[in-house]
Amino acid sequence: MSCVAYVNARLLDPASGLDSPGTLLCDGELVSDFGPELFKDGVPEGINVIDCEGFCLMPGLVDMRVQLREPGEEYKGTLESAGRTASAGGVTSMVCLPNTNPVIDDMSVLEFVARRARKLGLAKVHSYGAVTKGLEGKELAEIGLLWNSGALAFTDGIKSVSDARILCQALSYASNFGQMIIQHAEEPSLARGGVMNSGETATRLGLTGIPREAEIIMVERDIRLAEMTRGRLHFAHLSTSDSIDVVRKAKARGLDITCDTAPPYFSLSEIAVGDYRTFAKLSPPLRTDSDRLAVIEGLKDGTIDTIASDHAPHDEESKRLPFANAAFGGVGLETLLAITLELFHNGHLDLLNTLKLITSAPSNLLGLRAGRLKKGYPADLTLVDINRGWKVDADAMQSISKNSPFDGRPVQGSVLMTIIDGRIVFEQRA
Amino acid sequence: MSEFASGQIRFPHSHLLGIEGLTSNVISLLLDCAENFVEHNRQTDNKLSSLSGRTIINLFFEESTRTRTSFELAAKQLGANVINMSVATSSVKKGETLIDTAMTLNAMHPDVLVVRHNESGAVKLLSEKVNCAVINAGDGRHEHPTQALLDALTIRRRKGHISGLLVAICGDITHSRVARSNIHLLNAMGAQVRLIAPKTLIPSSIAKMGVEVFHNMEKGLQDCDIVMMLRLQSERMSSGFFPSIREYFHFFGLDYKKLANAKDDALIMHPGPMNRGVEIASEVADDIGRSAIREQVEMGVAVRMACLELLTAVSTKGNGT
Repeated sequence: MSCVAYVNARLLDPASGLDSPGTLLCDGELVSDFGPELFKDGVPEGINVIDCEGFCLMPGLVDMRVQLREPGEEYKGTLESAGRTASAGGVTSMVCLPNTNPVIDDMSVLEFVARRARKLGLAKVHSYGAVTKGLEGKELAEIGLLWNSGALAFTDGIKSVSDARILCQALSYASNFGQMIIQHAEEPSLARGGVMNSGETATRLGLTGIPREAEIIMVERDIRLAEMTRGRLHFAHLSTSDSIDVVRKAKARGLDITCDTAPPYFSLSEIAVGDYRTFAKLSPPLRTDSDRLAVIEGLKDGTIDTIASDHAPHDEESKRLPFANAAFGGVGLETLLAITLELFHNGHLDLLNTLKLITSAPSNLLGLRAGRLKKGYPADLTLVDINRGWKVDADAMQSISKNSPFDGRPVQGSVLMTIIDGRIVFEQRA
Repeated sequence: MSEFASGQIRFPHSHLLGIEGLTSNVISLLLDCAENFVEHNRQTDNKLSSLSGRTIINLFFEESTRTRTSFELAAKQLGANVINMSVATSSVKKGETLIDTAMTLNAMHPDVLVVRHNESGAVKLLSEKVNCAVINAGDGRHEHPTQALLDALTIRRRKGHISGLLVAICGDITHSRVARSNIHLLNAMGAQVRLIAPKTLIPSSIAKMGVEVFHNMEKGLQDCDIVMMLRLQSERMSSGFFPSIREYFHFFGLDYKKLANAKDDALIMHPGPMNRGVEIASEVADDIGRSAIREQVEMGVAVRMACLELLTAVSTKGNGT
């Protein structure tokens, strides 16, 4: 493959703090050089030139929480559709949950996903391994062998590992390999039967609530267990002020605990459920506005380490149901950038610190060669107009499933081009 | 259109999905219309023909004899054709059944669908898929508007007015659509609402709906004009909401002793079917002077006639307004 120079770019690298006009040179699949001084006096002959027109050239997004429906539920989403959806969203690496069918609790499934994804050559797909066999919460999966095959961390996906003893063993055993457990924090017996946040709206609509405490007590308990086992623990998609505060205090005590949140939790509240809007049925459920503001605070003060899209595709038949019967989850790959940029546009964080949450922060957490501009790294990049306004239109999405909780929302920040291993896989320029 | 609904005011909605959102004027319109039907139904030759040629489908996804029969009778009194459909919800794909059934029935061009479903919001979802008027005959724990209307009519006839009355709703508030509809209606009509229940059977956030919450019958019933008892489903016991029937009745069952705290002329109501000796003592339920329970059933038919009459007057077939 030949060399390509991306000229006239605003180079953004959240990891190093770079924000400067300049040029980036790709040599085949890799970034070979970049900076404000590069080719200042003109690009040498033999190098292809792409004009970035002053837009932001930045590392492709790293999305650490995505549900793929292949294998098992291809009518909701395939690896190919996820790859195209991710590319359209500027995501060049994503990590999928093991809740496929069969479950990724076995090397062969992990390798199947990796092989299929590599062949497609779209956004890179990594996998988490299951903590327990069949995600049943009873017996440990083959954590060591899964790690050998490339599992990045271990989680039971959309289910909590609720048995305290099993979680202890998992934390302890995974630490043999330096591996992290990712917990969906929701005490299942307290949340049982619940379909939205407990409170006024649930009461008015006559829906069973999931109390905030289901998340809070699970986070409190699990931090104790992580401390006891010296295991490495990460909480996915925190949604309440109190659970974030518990993590804040644990970090202050020097514990190696991390957490993420997802765009709905800092941009929407339970009001979005309105009159039984099933696209707003998420897990954890959308909370109150004061929780939403606390999530923003957690992002600002660094308590929350990363943002993940929590992409959960569902077909129409799974959502066009009475609220209680509808599936939990929303698609998020195509809105991850724009909703995250609201933090910048609304003045909560500066641009680089906003983008860090969806690039170098998750990449560092998982040890990926991604999420930063670096010589010798794969040329996984995205070209972004951070100001361009557009309106989320579920029907216009790349995703097979259209269940976006953000449908109709006016947003700012648009992906113009996505480059994976030096190849342009998505382009949408005005 | 019959003489009763031929006034200037028309029902301003195309469906009756709940009481929430109805103004006191609209509620009064429904009650006035029902009031006329009460007298009419008491006459021997009482058939009307205002809905002649119209088709009403009773679509019940949840078992109900009383409500369905009441709607059926109401429709027939007005001369409509009535079809009863019961759909089992035991299949895994409940929702598919719901939407598919709605589409199928819609293709038959009924004038009104009367729908009961065990999930909150299901009737609204269905109403979005059909062209005819939809009446919510109870959806999950959400609303049961015709029950609240018949309760209101009963109260208005006995007390002459609703505004200013002190009404206690007692029992399983958490799981009750009757309670929710009544709260909306009584608040809209200017009554003062108290809820009395053990803490396990009342959502803590319900106070935001404009009610006073009590966990003690004696205190809660103090000076009440109306005592509305709710049905307690026995399966709640096994799910840990209360330890035993005996204990429940002791603290929250309505007997004469507890009733003595209410006003001397307090009216006793119950949406039925009653669990005698669970939420209400038999002697209280059967007290002709105090209990309006049988009258509620009679008002049910009149109120449902009014709903059918007014909704069909709004939406003429093929002319969806």
